[in-house]
Amino acid sequence: MAINPDYLGREYPAPESYEVTRGKIREFAEAVNDPNPVYTDTASAKAAGYPDVIAPPTFPVILGMAGSAQAIADPELGVDFSRVVHGDQSFHYSRPLHAGDVLSSVTRITGIKSLGGNELLTLETVADNADGEHVVTTTMMLVVRGE
Amino acid sequence: MSRLSHADVEVGTELPERTFPVRRLDLVRYAGASGDFNPIHWNERFAKSVGLPDVIAHGMFTMAEAARVLTDWTGDPGCVVDYSVRFSAPVVVPDDDEGAEITVGGKVKSKNDDGTVTVLLTARSGGAKVLVQSKAVVRLA
Repeated sequence: MAINPDYLGREYPAPESYEVTRGKIREFAEAVNDPNPVYTDTASAKAAGYPDVIAPPTFPVILGMAGSAQAIADPELGVDFSRVVHGDQSFHYSRPLHAGDVLSSVTRITGIKSLGGNELLTLETVADNADGEHVVTTTMMLVVRGE
Repeated sequence: MSRLSHADVEVGTELPERTFPVRRLDLVRYAGASGDFNPIHWNERFAKSVGLPDVIAHGMFTMAEAARVLTDWTGDPGCVVDYSVRFSAPVVVPDDDEGAEITVGGKVKSKNDDGTVTVLLTARSGGAKVLVQSKAVVRLA
């Protein structure tokens, strides 16, 4: 099954905004075994100069995953999810995410190519806050492994 | 936690190397927290059916552990401006009590004019490089 090249540039806006909560940040920090108190303790985060607890650097992958899932669920795109592995990943931050952020995001297909029997799909998710200010861009390249 | 300052680092400064365990339980917990329920990360039968040697860790789990080396070194997790990795080999996680280990190191590549520092990160597991072309730009105090 080949990825449909006509889908380059296609956009998938998140159907609803994403609210960053203290509970979700704590859950994520615990899942990556990171005990840094700025993720779980509001007083520590404020002492470090933040308005509330901040999210670990890779937390925004949640938005990227959701956006890529929207794209992959599109049958016309032609991705066999059972053969997908993660190729590369990047984050560009205007600032760290913190509890209370309400983010709207759009995921765009920025790359489709074949390489050595595999197909490479690149998805970029841009997340802005409620005032339309950029917070983070996360880019993931997925490898759809050939048979 | 004290924050590292731009004056504290030089090109070539090494970040303290650390080793992190990754067991099946870590992958189940990470799947739930991140929303990545790809069965290659928790279902051995499925992983083998698609040609993988065994269950493999989420690449993002490795990326998160490498970030700990970075943010514990700088003392401020909010300092990260850019962070990118390439996953070059899977972290294979056997179904036993030990699981696998990921060893992360890093080195300062450049001190930049805008007050940021570029750090190169490395990660190995089971003798293989699992991250390559991995770097972060951090803004230091």
